[in-house]
Amino acid sequence: MKALLLRDLALAFRSGGGFGLGLAFFFLLSVLVPLGVGPEGGTLGRIAPGILWVGALLACLLSLDRIFALDFEDGSLDLLATAPIPLEAVVAIKALAHWLVTGLPLTLIAPGLGVFLNLPPGGHQWLVLSLLLGTPALSVIGAFGAALTVGLRRGGLLLSLLVLPLYVPTLIFGGEVVRRGAEGMALGTPLALLAAISLGAAALLPFAAASAIRVNLR
Amino acid sequence: MLSLSNLAVARGGVTVLRGLTLAVLPGQALILRGPNGSGKTTLLRTLAGLQPPAEGTCDLPADSVAYAAHADGLKSTLTVAENLSFWSRIYGGPAIDRAVGALNLTQLARRRAGELSAGQKRRLGLARLLVTGRPAWLLDEPTVSLDAASVALFAAVVRDHLGAGGLAVIATHVDLGLPEATILDLDPYRARVIQSTGFDEAFA
Repeated sequence: MKALLLRDLALAFRSGGGFGLGLAFFFLLSVLVPLGVGPEGGTLGRIAPGILWVGALLACLLSLDRIFALDFEDGSLDLLATAPIPLEAVVAIKALAHWLVTGLPLTLIAPGLGVFLNLPPGGHQWLVLSLLLGTPALSVIGAFGAALTVGLRRGGLLLSLLVLPLYVPTLIFGGEVVRRGAEGMALGTPLALLAAISLGAAALLPFAAASAIRVNLR
Repeated sequence: MLSLSNLAVARGGVTVLRGLTLAVLPGQALILRGPNGSGKTTLLRTLAGLQPPAEGTCDLPADSVAYAAHADGLKSTLTVAENLSFWSRIYGGPAIDRAVGALNLTQLARRRAGELSAGQKRRLGLARLLVTGRPAWLLDEPTVSLDAASVALFAAVVRDHLGAGGLAVIATHVDLGLPEATILDLDPYRARVIQSTGFDEAFA
């Protein structure tokens, strides 16, 4: 299993691996939104939590179809399905690799981008915490969507449509944590719900995704 | 060992082969022959456990199978040695040195898989079988894009594998030079294609 994780990370960081695509998207969005919204500080600070979370979500979405499609095309997925590792573990490892390559770097650069968006100073720590707790859910739900669409040519559109509604709760609670944090309000409830979504998705969806892959490989 | 009893396999809901009853013992090789579309790949995928049999039973322990499909499952940005050692670690199999030597890849070990020729990629895909350490090889057209010398090299690898108590099921049109192998012509087992007249199939 460690071998699979290391291979996926190595592939992501080598040429054409797609590392940095989501990061660049997130960065561009955070640079362009202030220019589009204009210099009035109050508006920007108020919408910053939502913009940052939407940006992180779309940045994750960009690289989802690569989770299984590349392995399907070159035949590795067939071979992994007949390998001694259970397919559920393959899904979990690939979701973890996706998170390490997109979700984690997004979380790390988010405070810097919060400054661009005039996020109130109290919100930065909650931005990092909410992304840290919420982005694993984005990767796991995305891996499930990718598993459902793995055999399809140009499945990216269908994948986005399938995954987007599943992302809504994460977005709502994630944005809410940052908004409340920025305004100095209590945020225990949305934070707990955000963590619950991530943990629940990580516990259940690998099994659903593995079944979907088995059906798609037939 | 591999044993099939009254096995039928289906592709896309249409039965392509039926009534297959046979056994392959350790040390034996079975060569599948049949025209394109006769169901060789479907049969091998069923044996590998990637799809369920349409009928009958296929008795082959899932943890004994090493499957080699048309696609080699290579990552073009990893080197030859990295590709092989990945599969070796996944299967907990032997070190890659022997596999690299057996398929004459020593000179290429540090090259990226994406820079190899089609035949070299194929040799790398076949070397993967050796690092799985598994006894039952299911090979789908293993000699495609191999030159005559490489085919001979591969035949020697298969013979070694059989000699060590392994078994192999090989779909191929090429004479591998394995006189001890049994040849199975799939033509008599082809299922009659039944034209569907209803809409049921769309909802199946």
